[in-house]
Amino acid sequence: MTHLLRSIVEPGFLGNQPVRVALLVGGLVAVVSGIVGTFTVLRGQAFAGHALADVGATGGSGAFLVGINPLFGFVGIGIAAAGVMELIGIRRPRGRDLATGIVLGAGLGLAALFLYLDATFSNTTGATITVLFGSMFVISSSLVPMIAALSLLALAVVLVLYRQLLLSSVSSDLAFARGVPVRLTGVLYLLALAVAVSLSALTIGAILSTALLVGPAATALRLTARPGMAMILSALIGLAATWLGVLLSFDSFYWPPRQHGWPVSFFVVSLIFVFYLMAQPLGRRSGSRTETSGNRAGRTACSRAS
Amino acid sequence: MFSSFMMDTWTVATIAAMVAGVVGFFIVMRGSAFVADAVPQGAFAGAAGASLIGINTLIGLGVFALGGALGIGWLGRRSRHDVATALALVVMLGLGALFLSMSTEYAPEIYALLFGEVLGVSASEVAPVAVIGAACIGAIIVLYRPLLLSSVLPELGEARGVRSHRIEMCFLVVVALATSMALPVVGALLIFSLMIGPPAAARSFTDNPLLAMILSVVIALVTVWSAIAASFLWNWPVGFFVGSLGAVSYAIGRGWAWWRSTRAVRGGPRQALAW
Repeated sequence: MTHLLRSIVEPGFLGNQPVRVALLVGGLVAVVSGIVGTFTVLRGQAFAGHALADVGATGGSGAFLVGINPLFGFVGIGIAAAGVMELIGIRRPRGRDLATGIVLGAGLGLAALFLYLDATFSNTTGATITVLFGSMFVISSSLVPMIAALSLLALAVVLVLYRQLLLSSVSSDLAFARGVPVRLTGVLYLLALAVAVSLSALTIGAILSTALLVGPAATALRLTARPGMAMILSALIGLAATWLGVLLSFDSFYWPPRQHGWPVSFFVVSLIFVFYLMAQPLGRRSGSRTETSGNRAGRTACSRAS
Repeated sequence: MFSSFMMDTWTVATIAAMVAGVVGFFIVMRGSAFVADAVPQGAFAGAAGASLIGINTLIGLGVFALGGALGIGWLGRRSRHDVATALALVVMLGLGALFLSMSTEYAPEIYALLFGEVLGVSASEVAPVAVIGAACIGAIIVLYRPLLLSSVLPELGEARGVRSHRIEMCFLVVVALATSMALPVVGALLIFSLMIGPPAAARSFTDNPLLAMILSVVIALVTVWSAIAASFLWNWPVGFFVGSLGAVSYAIGRGWAWWRSTRAVRGGPRQALAW
């Protein structure tokens, strides 16, 4: 048994400083993203979540350019982008996606410029790839307390607004009738989302940020119709995928084609996708075929709130 | 600026802008901005894979764009559309991260793929781009009526016998083709702002679909031409100009719509609420 365990978990796995930071920060980000992401999926804001992560690249490259801490670049641009999205966003979901797209396009254009200037003036072409793909194994541990504090803040906003968010996600009319400030709730949620997403984009890269935000939450919402339960499940699924991904990536150092190690993001994303596909038959057994589980979750929440 | 080596760039960019204007109009009508973002970004992973095994990057782009579009359609049948899109996107990008870690390409080449390279167009690329572009526009012309109906009034379309899922699949394939064709010029991250900005602006100027489509092509052409010219003059990345011009044209469109609606309200409620 110990032998088997040792062949899966390489000796030295837990003693390795970058691995410990990756497990710690990756786990934290996975939990926060899982919980915040449940509402992202319920509200149909996956595009906004992804766009905020991508726009983080603008802030990151801009911060490289002026030489400030990338953390402020990421979070600042995330909040600014969320604000602009809300400002030009139209009430209908289609219009909202359009507003997100416009902001994303402009943001990426700026990112292209910043990265170009970065590469020209400070000769850091590697910055492009760092910003876009990130890596869990190169988190500087001095940033950890700041990241933890900000993501817990985002988490707190979502938990405090839980009831209002749930109600306005399911039916904004009903929420309005019950005296919930729908628009303010939406703005606050978008800001919390921006902080959570830009932090995860900074630490683990834009790909993983989107994957952890949407994947576990969508999986959880297929498995259960109860929103609170879905949040817990989603956090657990995200955590499992992240830690397994780190482990596999550490193991893969000895895999072909050369002694390099496969990227963490590949493993985490694959695991999340497999979980999602596996949840399909499981979720179908517990619910009706035609309704998506998001709707079911909403309905349950609705009947409970009223 | 108009020397012989730039002519291929101008040709390809013009075709790309026309296709993006036409296809983008329906993307805006259908509210599938996320798809228009996800397919090119995912296709970028295909280019990385193609360069890893040493085949033409256009093939890698095409395979991944098509695979991604069909994957979105397949997943989207069973779950929410935005969730399906996000998952398809991250799976493709995860593969891209794997390919990148295995290949020995230098960062600048990847940068060129992501953000576009004006001078990166070679003469051999013109013919395939023209063929694919013509195919895209042809497909849109054939699909025009059912596509418009299912975009504006899906229920009515269903009642008239338009199979919305089949239409959706066809449309996603067109988006994939348009993407893989335009990607080498404006780059993976910005082809989509060409597909969103000009059509969104055009829609706020007119309600007539055909007119909006033509206007959208015109705005896309102006955007791309001025972006290439500016990029040539100042040597800044073309993606920056495409992205900001897209946003500016949208802002002008919204301003115009707002101005018209305030005027209409003053004049009478009849023509208000174009949006």
